[in-house]
Amino acid sequence: MRLARELACKEIVELVTAYLEDVLPIDDRERFEEHLVFCDGCDRYLEQMRVTIATTERVDLGELPPELEERLLEAFRDWRSSS
Amino acid sequence: MRQELSSQDVRLVDGLRAGDELAFAELMCLYGAGMLRVAEMYVPSRAIAEEVVQEAWLGVLKGIGKFEGRSSLKTWLFRIVANTAKTRGVREARSVPFSSLGDARAGEPAVDPDRFLGDGERFPGHWAVPPQNWAPERKLLAKEALDVIEREIARLPPVQRAVITMRDVQGFSSEEVCNALDVSETNQRVLLHRARAKVRGALEEYMK
Repeated sequence: MRLARELACKEIVELVTAYLEDVLPIDDRERFEEHLVFCDGCDRYLEQMRVTIATTERVDLGELPPELEERLLEAFRDWRSSS
Repeated sequence: MRQELSSQDVRLVDGLRAGDELAFAELMCLYGAGMLRVAEMYVPSRAIAEEVVQEAWLGVLKGIGKFEGRSSLKTWLFRIVANTAKTRGVREARSVPFSSLGDARAGEPAVDPDRFLGDGERFPGHWAVPPQNWAPERKLLAKEALDVIEREIARLPPVQRAVITMRDVQGFSSEEVCNALDVSETNQRVLLHRARAKVRGALEEYMK
């Protein structure tokens, strides 16, 4: 028996990260998944969030500015010679 | 004591303690840029953020001998950076209180409300303008897609930027981010959700 009303798309999109992190309470999780079965828009939104995450993982932060890394290395050498 | 540390952490900690410059280089390669990103969250300029990283690094060197591995090296390192940056931010007296930077509770929706049907419609809150299929896929694989993401991340409020950078770019767990930034799990998740939603939006524009 389910008394709770179904979730609207507007609510579904706010739950995507909680869903992906697997922290939704079980009944919300079921309602979320039921919604996706008949809603192509939300199904696609979820898929695009997955693609977004996977693509973001490919971003390279690059390196520290070389002058800064050089200063850190100097500090490391000073520390080594003093300890 | 160090049972929980990964073999990489054990190697890095031992290397740093021994003054091994290869361990230093590896650590910088792994976390250097991320440390700067986290520092930038709390202080008003890039120059000060660089000073924060230097100051934090001295703290790391001072503490490495006593590091017991109760958290991962990464978590410990980033906590030192965050704490150093917070202290410095207060001293600069220009820092915005952490909670108001890209406030997690502000009702900022993931998707433009205009893309959903209004209350007067038959299915209020359902898609009026649903997401379109992203094609061709090779467009997502192009370097340009990464540029789009980087630009969008750069435009995010500082805390959202730090959270998505740590979680999705650097692969931190939510627990590691919560520990390093001292935010609740719920807050962390909301910040991450906002950030991801905006990056998705930027990709959507790019894929049109």
